[in-house]
Amino acid sequence: MIPEIGHFALILALCVALVQGILPIYGAAVGNSALMSVAKPAARTQFLLVLTAFGCLAYAFADKDFSVLYVAATSNSQLPLHYRLAAIWGAHEGSLLLWTFILTIWMFAVTLFSTHLPDAMRSRILGVMGLVSVGFLLFMLSVSNPFERLIPAAPEGRDLNPLLQDPGMVIHPPMLYMGYVGFSVAFAFALAALLGGNLDAAWARWSRPWTTVAWCFLTVGIAMGSGWAYYELGWGGWWFWDPVENASFMPWLAGTALVHSLAVTDKRGGFKVWTVLLAIMAFSLSLLGTFLVRSGVLTSVHAFATDPKRGLFILAFLAIVIGGSLALYAWRAPKVGLGGSFAMLSREGMLLANNVLLVAAMGSVLLGTLYPLFLDALDLGKISVGPPYFDSVFVPLMVPALFLMGIGPLAQWKKASVPDLAKRLKWAFGVSLVSALTLPIVLGSWTPLLSLGLLLAIWIVTTSAIGLRERLAHVNGNSLVERLASVPRSYWGMLVAHCGIAVFIVGVTMVKGFETEKDVRMNVGETASIGDYTFRFDGTQDVVGPNYTAARGTFHVSQDGRETTVLYPEKRRYPVQNQVMTEAAIDPGLLRDLYVSLGEPIDDGAWSVRLYHKPFIDWIWGGCFIMALGGALAISDRRYRLAWRKQEPAVPVPTRAARRKVA
Amino acid sequence: MNRFLLPLSIFVVVVGFLGIGLTLNPREIPSPLVGKAAPEFSQPQLHEQEKILSPADLKGKVWLLNFWASWCNGCKTEHPVLMDLAKSGQVPIYGMDYKDQREEALTWLQRGGNPYSLVGVDETGRVGINYGVYGVPETYVIDKQGVIRYKQIGPLYPDTVEKKILPLVKQLESQ
Repeated sequence: MIPEIGHFALILALCVALVQGILPIYGAAVGNSALMSVAKPAARTQFLLVLTAFGCLAYAFADKDFSVLYVAATSNSQLPLHYRLAAIWGAHEGSLLLWTFILTIWMFAVTLFSTHLPDAMRSRILGVMGLVSVGFLLFMLSVSNPFERLIPAAPEGRDLNPLLQDPGMVIHPPMLYMGYVGFSVAFAFALAALLGGNLDAAWARWSRPWTTVAWCFLTVGIAMGSGWAYYELGWGGWWFWDPVENASFMPWLAGTALVHSLAVTDKRGGFKVWTVLLAIMAFSLSLLGTFLVRSGVLTSVHAFATDPKRGLFILAFLAIVIGGSLALYAWRAPKVGLGGSFAMLSREGMLLANNVLLVAAMGSVLLGTLYPLFLDALDLGKISVGPPYFDSVFVPLMVPALFLMGIGPLAQWKKASVPDLAKRLKWAFGVSLVSALTLPIVLGSWTPLLSLGLLLAIWIVTTSAIGLRERLAHVNGNSLVERLASVPRSYWGMLVAHCGIAVFIVGVTMVKGFETEKDVRMNVGETASIGDYTFRFDGTQDVVGPNYTAARGTFHVSQDGRETTVLYPEKRRYPVQNQVMTEAAIDPGLLRDLYVSLGEPIDDGAWSVRLYHKPFIDWIWGGCFIMALGGALAISDRRYRLAWRKQEPAVPVPTRAARRKVA
Repeated sequence: MNRFLLPLSIFVVVVGFLGIGLTLNPREIPSPLVGKAAPEFSQPQLHEQEKILSPADLKGKVWLLNFWASWCNGCKTEHPVLMDLAKSGQVPIYGMDYKDQREEALTWLQRGGNPYSLVGVDETGRVGINYGVYGVPETYVIDKQGVIRYKQIGPLYPDTVEKKILPLVKQLESQ
């Protein structure tokens, strides 16, 4: 009964989404306010209906209702409750429901925080989101219904893929989807602006916080996915340039460009056309990512059982949504005037360069991801594109972007002067250069890449410090604390996010430069050394988990004769799917991780063992979280708090635009 | 050309390729086993567990070996095609129940019909490893001398059966 309620709620949601997608947009076009006012209640109703469906599926999982095909396929009665709930997004159908659910959450949020928007704008935004939702609901109801029954019921479920039975996987997909789907808001804002023909600074000001929130979620989501790969896959890597990772990284790159481009549109009224295109791109890439992951056109560790009908549906949906919005762009964008002019050497110029580099990086990732498909389609052979390509293309594009990151925030709008910049930045440059050249020597090995990485990281931090110092000189306040407090939070946000990048670069550089690993055969009682650390293997014990059995190894780790820690890596066997999982044991630290994973048992209690010493690796994820923190600081800025507290209707756009023209 | 049309044009090209991509199978890698003798096995049968299924008993026949499982989605798509092929009687199909549970496999065949002359059980996936199975379903065409002549990765479609499998079977029969 409950699953049928869920199914029915989805059907109703589809009806509501159709209404929400058609009437308000039409109403905005003909200026009918009755039709426009449908948008808000429709979006809220849709949210409640999808919430109901989601709740029903959650109930079916909690209740171990194996008469629901999806529940039987992805859970098991032995599976603990929290993983049964996480199993909602453990496979295709449920992931789509999560996608749609999050889309309606964003819609609901738009209805809450949009009272200051003009009616027509809000109706168009919700209408566009409604149309996106139509596609996903239709997809679920036609070829991927999570509520499909299995009659007679299975006596037992087939269990969740053991790889996904992990706390990281409980949170990672919702975070990632919050980011992916969050770009739908920026997308809807852009389309609404194109439809209404009023691309002005106000539009950018409104969509900025939404874009930043989505970007923060995506950043955290990607970081968690990478962290999961690191400790769960057991080979100590943190990024594989796998198609599915790329699918999440491309929207991130486009989204990062969008966040910066929106800043220019908001502050200077420039880059309008470009910003709209980026907003369309960021969401299109999210959809493309969904297509790549769900259709199985690419091989990947994440690939799912392919179903050609599903692939075709998503492709058609993709063609309509992206093709339609790009056509609208081609039609409307030429009428949008250019913003104010600026010199190439100015803050605008540098932000533009940063944008171009980010988009070029995105394009090269896209090319690398789709290249095997292109070749295959042209019958030119089967290849796979791996890290060598991505590393050699991505790094050269990122180096100038990161260098500009140091200068951009210090440059004046409109026109900056080289001598002035050089004067302000000479100390930062000197300090970065000297420490980048000497630090690796102090640390024991010098390579060009090591120096380059450190140069960029220190450059970003020192230029940020200079920026902050200059800023402090211009704000009011007697004491330092007072002055620090009067620097706007959006400025802090930028500094923090940029320093997050620096932390990230340090992590990547140090891991690449100094990591050591060893594959050894270890008998009970034997020791192996890696760096200063000595690992003693004390044999394995059999342990029993809720739905698995495991061999748990014990390793005593010591440094200079003093015991540092004891690590317990496991080799788990999940009987339902007959799968063996490697659970690495990690001793995390600010400056290094120690990582042990069990390979295969050899004989007489001996095992093949993999040992890693990974300096600074936690900085990689730390950097990502700092970036997201920066984003969170930026949206907690005073002007947004004021805007949301007041919630007063803004000056209608036409008058605002007219006023600007007069001015 | 209007530069605002450029993004749309790029997208159209990408969609074209993605469309073609959908019709291709990324896992379809030429199998090194084609042209080689089918790996030997002797596995218990699904229905009568005390009997065994082995390619040695099938020498002199052209036959299909189909890896399947009750948990596999693609097998569901493929099932009606196998049923039709079995009914036509043009070539015997032998099944290999791959990493499956016996009860579920039996229920599946009872419900959807049994296209197989005999079904072997590969509970551990050992036979699958020898045959280089990526995932189920996969189908092998094996000739009278016990040599693999063709490997289908992923579900069989009526089209593949008409255009590839049956002509090949006829040609092999006549040898």
